[in-house]
Order: sequence, then structure tokens, then C-alpha cells
Amino acid sequence: MKRSPLFIGVGNRFRRDDGVGLWLAREIKRRGPRTAEVLETDGEGAGLMEAWKDRGEVFLFDAVRSGAPAGTLHRVEVSKQPLARNFFRGSTHDFGVAEAVELSRSLRGLPGRLLIFGVEGKDFGEGEGLSPPVETAARNLLSELLFRGEKT
Amino acid sequence: MKGKPSRIRTIKVDTLARLEGEGALYVRVRGDKVQDVQLKIFEPPRFFEAFLRGRDFREAPDITARICGICPIAYLLGASTAMEDACGVKVTEPIRKLRRLIYDGEWIESHVLHMFMLHAPDFLGYEDAIQMAKERPDLVKNALRMKKIGNDIMARLGGREIHPINLRVGGFYKAPAKRELEPLKEELKWGLDAMRDAMKTLSGLSFPNFEQEEDCEYVAMRHPDEYAIIEGRLVSTRGMDAPIREYDDHLTEEHVERSTALRTSVKGRGVCFVGPMARYNLNFNQLSPVAKEAARAARLGPICRNPFKSILIRGVETIFAFEEALRIIEHYEVPDPPAVEVKPRAGTGYGCTEAPRGICYHRYTIDDRGAILDAKIVSPTAVNQKAIEGDLWRFIPKNLGLSKEKLQWRCEQAIRNYDPCISCSAHFLKLELDDA
Repeated sequence: MKRSPLFIGVGNRFRRDDGVGLWLAREIKRRGPRTAEVLETDGEGAGLMEAWKDRGEVFLFDAVRSGAPAGTLHRVEVSKQPLARNFFRGSTHDFGVAEAVELSRSLRGLPGRLLIFGVEGKDFGEGEGLSPPVETAARNLLSELLFRGEKT
Repeated sequence: MKGKPSRIRTIKVDTLARLEGEGALYVRVRGDKVQDVQLKIFEPPRFFEAFLRGRDFREAPDITARICGICPIAYLLGASTAMEDACGVKVTEPIRKLRRLIYDGEWIESHVLHMFMLHAPDFLGYEDAIQMAKERPDLVKNALRMKKIGNDIMARLGGREIHPINLRVGGFYKAPAKRELEPLKEELKWGLDAMRDAMKTLSGLSFPNFEQEEDCEYVAMRHPDEYAIIEGRLVSTRGMDAPIREYDDHLTEEHVERSTALRTSVKGRGVCFVGPMARYNLNFNQLSPVAKEAARAARLGPICRNPFKSILIRGVETIFAFEEALRIIEHYEVPDPPAVEVKPRAGTGYGCTEAPRGICYHRYTIDDRGAILDAKIVSPTAVNQKAIEGDLWRFIPKNLGLSKEKLQWRCEQAIRNYDPCISCSAHFLKLELDDA
């Protein structure tokens, strides 16, 4: 039987925009299809590799900092292109999302399709809540995903 | 010198990679003399000791665990045992065993990550573990599986692997049932075999011919009945032997402008070295027969002074941790109650545990209602800063024949020998060679 897609939210909700991935994961769990599998994580690389191993389709949400305007949405189909190592926020012992993706690629352990949505953050200071441009981008992405989900 | 060109080499690593935290290295060499070595730690100070003041004594474990995502158990247990000491409480044997079990998990996940993901690429000539995985996939796959076993122990006992939430002053909030730990046994057996097998690869690595001086002071904890992890006396290879409450009588800290971390030295003597190699050198006899045999097979004697071989000692300690975790689970007795009651009383308490990188010291003074009046926490990386610089002062002159790229690589590798917990970033390397 075909497994439903896995949605992974990565981040730290106590560092403002760094929590955007978790916000998206939580909203998909709340408003998405009942069969949706959702995982919230701090982005520890080995755990991510374990989570997406043998999966067909995986969507991962995380905050990024690339210099683009806040709220910019980056979509990366990782089966088609490598990830920049400094794309995401720092992770413990240099083993986070980008490393997990590239290590999985080296070990031929990527899921059938891994689509990463990176939302350009603005405020990574202490505290909860997203900055306005990031929240707007997250809501737009959520609508798009839910609409797409309804159609399929 | 007459007829000899003055040659200045500056190695400047603005950001050290494959470390935890933010640090940099500056080295200046004139001719064949090292003129300056500076390990700079610019990780911002976080003022934990200051903002603990006024908090309830029961909050210290969870607050201090946030100091490190890799070794939270060192802080959870260091703070807990210090508070228990202040309040005159001893935990029961089943709680003590459970504490060692979760610490074994932390050692496994931290040591495996460092050995195979961060340090092995240095020896095998790969830029990082990702490149290594392309040519040595089984080595990396097995490492990931071993690391996961450590994470699983942490999650089953602590609720989650990073910043566990089930530990408290006096023990645990909830003790796992025997059946909850049973599934770990098969994986632990596999992990033990896998690590023993991986030692064959590690012992075949090429190690620089480098030894620390004979009077280098290795400092660790020692317990009369076990390889010390969660309690013991403070001992050293130069005669220190004291209860933890006398830590401040023997070790002192100083501030230097280039580092936000205080630097530790032994009073009246100087540099001290903590971590796996110190533990091994001081407590080799207390390792299990299987761990000792692995050490012998890796051609390690009971004393090792080559910090590049610390990767082997981490392997030996990982074997020990797999074995001990398996033994504790096989003889597991559920602690009932899961925690002893701890009532506050005015006083000062001391705690120290062996974090993967070395001793981690906690001292707290509390009032009769349990409010924290004063706190002091010393992480192992802070202690090792001087030892790292000391290694570079001695290592560089012997390796000036290397190309600048290789010398820089070796310097970074020498720092990674300590698995320093100052952090990770991209690296921008700069080597200036000035031939007059």
C-alpha cells in the first residue's frame, strides 16, 4: 500500500523565525488530511535520515538565511540539486538538514522525492512568534499545500 | 640569523569547522620557532551562572542542560548531584544504575558522532563525512546506527534525546518499565560487535608521531568500584587525589581577552588535560576485559600520550558503554520510587561527572528555602583550552616541513583531538607565508 507523504517541520520555536518549519508542521497536522504523517524536530541529522529512509514522498519545512528578502520562499527538490551547506541555521556539531540530505545522497538513502521548503527568516532572536513577512509567507505556503492536498 | 632568510608563517583559521561552537585559531611562526599560538573562543558568553541566582534549586538541572545539546546529561546530573550533596541526600542504587545507563547513551552518541563524522575524515583524507560516505558507506552507515542506539537510550530514559525532560534532583520523574528497555538489548549487542569491528579500521589509521610531555597532568574522576562516570574523587597523574568539594582548592580559572571561556589550570603547576585520554590513563584497570582487549588489539598501552590516538580511546570507551548499558538492562531493577525526596537546606553542594569530553564541575550555594545564591559551572572544553594550545606549541615546530595546507589541516585535526564543544561553522582558512 502506498504510504502517505511525510511532513517534517524543523526548527526552534523559541528563536522567532527559526520556528517557521514547526509552525507549518503543526498547521498541517491541525488542518491537513487526517492521514498526513507529521514530524516536528530540532533538525538532528541522524534522526532526519532515519525518518525519511524508505519513504516515497517527504516535504520538509525549515527557516533559512541566504540573504534574500525576509519571507522569500525557496523550494529545493533535492533529488535534482545539492543543498548549500550554509543554507540553514547552524545545527549541533555541524550535522543538520543539509548534511543529512547530502549524507543520505552519498549512501543512496534519500526518499523517492524530498521537497524542501525554506522560508527566509528575518528575526532569529529569543522569543516565540514569527515576524510579519515570515508569517505571511508561511500562511501562503500552507494555503497552497492544503489546496493542492484537496485536489489530489 | 646570518645567511638564513627570516620566514614568517601565519596560520589564521578564522572559523574552526567540525567543532561545536564558534572558535578560531591564530598561529605565528618565524623561521623554525613558534612565536604565538592563540585559540580564540568567541562564542558569546551566556551568563548561566548569573541567571541561576534566585532560581529554585530544583530548576538547576533543566536550566543548565541548555548549555549543551550534545551532552545535556553532564549538566542534568552534575547539577542534580550537587544539589543532593547540598541537601545531604544519597540516591538509591537502582537510581544510580539508571543514571549510569543514560550516561552510557550520551557517551555512545557523542563519541560515535565525533569518531566517525568529525574526526575520522581527518585521518582518511576526506573533506567531511559526506565525502567519506561515498567511498566508505558501510563505515558511515554503521556509525549512524550506533549513534542511534545512544539516542534511543537517551529517549527511552529521558523522554527525548536532546535536552531530556525526565531527570530531576533526586532521580527521575518516571522510571521505565523493564519491558520498555528490553528492545534495546539486541541493538546494544549489535552495537558492541559493530564497534569492536570498527576498531580494526580505526587502529589502522596513520597517527602523527607526537606525544605529550611526561609531566602533562591528566585529570579525571576515580571511583573505587567502577570506571568513574557519575561520581568519584578528583585525581591526576601528578598526585592530585581529593574529594570533589575541594575542586576549587586544586584547579583555578583565569580570563584572557581572546576567549569568552575561562581557562583552567592546576594551582601551582599549570596545564591540565581532561577527557577520554585522561580517564583512560588514570582508570585503565577499571575498564571491562572486552574494552581492555580492544585497547590492546589497537596497540594502546595502559598509558597513551598521543592525543591523535584519542579516537581509539573513544572507541574503547564506546565498547565499554555498550557493554555496561547491556548489563544494566539485563539486571534492571525498576527504582521505586523513581526519585528520593530532597528537602532544601542552607549550604553548598558539589557535583562532578565525566562528560564525553571530560570532567564537568558544578558548585551551588542555596538558602534554607532552596533558592540558589551562587553557582559555578566549569565545562571540560574550558579546562582543555590551555592543553590544546600546548599541543600546538609543540606539534608545529616538528611539522614545519609540511606544506601550508597540510600544516593547517594538521593543526585543525590537533584541535579536534579534543572534540571541543565550542561549535560548528563554515571555515575560512588563511595561511600567510612571508619569505623575506
